[in-house]
Amino acid sequence: MNKEKVIELIKVNKWYDDFHVLKDIDLSVYQGEKIIVCGPSGSGKSTLIRCINRLEEHQEGLVKVHEHVLDHKTKNIEKIRGEVGMVFQQFNLFPHLSIIDNCTLSPSWVRKMAKKDAEELAMQYLTKVKIADQALKFPGQLSGGQQQRAAIARALCMEPKIMLFDEPTSALDPEMIKEVLDVMTDLAKAGMTMIVVSHEMAFAKEVADRVIFMDEGRIVEEKPTQEFFSNPENERTKLFLSQIL
Amino acid sequence: MNMKHTFYWCKKNLFSNWYNSIISIFCIYLIIITIPPFVDWAFLSATFEGKLKTDCKSNGACWVFVRVWLEKFMYGFYPVENIWRINLSFLILILTIGASFFVKEKFKLYILFFLIFIFPIIAYILIRGSFGMEIVESREWGGLALTFILAIFGILVSFPLGVLLALGRRSELPVFKYFSICFIEFWRGIPLITVLFAAAVMFPLLLPADFFVDKTLRIAIGIAIFESAYIAEVVRGGLQSLPKGQYDAAKSLGMGYWKMNFFIILPQAIKTVIPGIANTFIALLKDTPLIVLVGMAEILGMINLAKANPYWLGMAVEGYVFAAAIFWVASFFLSSYSQKLEKKFSTEKK
Repeated sequence: MNKEKVIELIKVNKWYDDFHVLKDIDLSVYQGEKIIVCGPSGSGKSTLIRCINRLEEHQEGLVKVHEHVLDHKTKNIEKIRGEVGMVFQQFNLFPHLSIIDNCTLSPSWVRKMAKKDAEELAMQYLTKVKIADQALKFPGQLSGGQQQRAAIARALCMEPKIMLFDEPTSALDPEMIKEVLDVMTDLAKAGMTMIVVSHEMAFAKEVADRVIFMDEGRIVEEKPTQEFFSNPENERTKLFLSQIL
Repeated sequence: MNMKHTFYWCKKNLFSNWYNSIISIFCIYLIIITIPPFVDWAFLSATFEGKLKTDCKSNGACWVFVRVWLEKFMYGFYPVENIWRINLSFLILILTIGASFFVKEKFKLYILFFLIFIFPIIAYILIRGSFGMEIVESREWGGLALTFILAIFGILVSFPLGVLLALGRRSELPVFKYFSICFIEFWRGIPLITVLFAAAVMFPLLLPADFFVDKTLRIAIGIAIFESAYIAEVVRGGLQSLPKGQYDAAKSLGMGYWKMNFFIILPQAIKTVIPGIANTFIALLKDTPLIVLVGMAEILGMINLAKANPYWLGMAVEGYVFAAAIFWVASFFLSSYSQKLEKKFSTEKK
């Protein structure tokens, strides 16, 4: 691949007190790639992607996003966070603000965008995720699927170059999963670089370039999607796939 | 029909079984032996008209006392011809708070800013005098006006200070964290009366002679700092009730510490602790009369002076009942204002 490397993790280690959550993680993500991270719960998937925008701090190794190396410098961290959007399992919309204010807050106060421009941008993305008509409502008035789509729009309003999804459909009722996955599929087709922690294997087969399987803090299998499903090598991966498919 | 309705209501709510009946009868008995005599004393047999103690001939309350001394109770020894300046300050305050109910959302921030930063300056200039107005030194301030000045100053200063302390206590930077913890625990650990005595009597002894801070200001700062420790703990409770996801979301959108707290964390945290904040402010208002013990003539001080006046001996009860009524009304206002805020925010949230 001769595309630009946008994320690079080299020998990343992380501990919660004595608990070793991430063990020697090496990972490179290229421009426009879609990567699915799966694995049993507690295997460190969420922690891994949360290390990329410094919601968690790694203790050893190197995390590089574009040319910025993640260290203790607040400036660097904020720069990276501006380029990396994130969507959470629990949506984490701001309940005291309307949907449109959720979307415009960061563009107008972090990016210093004029209010009118920020609102235009927000409406553009809310239309894209098909909830433009809900713009003036508060998060509590929306269904789970709508909230998650609003959260995706909110992240997109910062015009990130990379999107991280932390189990975006795990907290949703089954009939709402599809509407969120559809939005994510559209986003993938538009060329966004994405890292998605998910167990939606159908979605993985459709959009992913690579699948990563994690267990006990290690990446135990990392393969192009086709190969991952047709020819898994690791015993643990085989067992996991047999249970989930 | 109506009688029947009342009868069933009583039966259902007051006499549903034998022990409820006993409790009900006891309560009715208590009401009968206390309320009518009080109403009789305070209103029916009370004397309202007159100028002297001798005008009060009945057994009831002698409200003449309150009438004659009213101006002193309200304004202390503040020069009569300048009282309009105090009235104007309070009028500005009341109008601003009233206006906050009617203006658009985005002006509310300006109103808050005005109340915290600009209003105290205007009020200070008006009440103390300047720009050609006669200067009234703060030792001449008194009565209910002084009580309210101290309480309002206390509220306006202790709130932002308390919020900063609450944030400090949760800070990841050890300097801020341990400073906040020490500060809060120190001020929470000592009684208010100690603070007042220290501010009034001890503080000047510790400073060089030519360094002079006005006594009223020392007391006001003492009260504000004392209460800020309580506000800090109330606000911290609100901060802890927020899910961690709110911090994650704010950070992931590139917000720095102050933006995150100002736009996302504090609005939600403070909203959930409005009842606790109102509680603290009501306590502050009712603690203020303690300054009478360091020789400041706020409303209780003025009442004490008045009842010691040879022409008005024996009027203590009327004075204290009057003071109680005023404090009740003021506290009730604070309480209903806070409930209004709560209701407003809860509908927004849904």
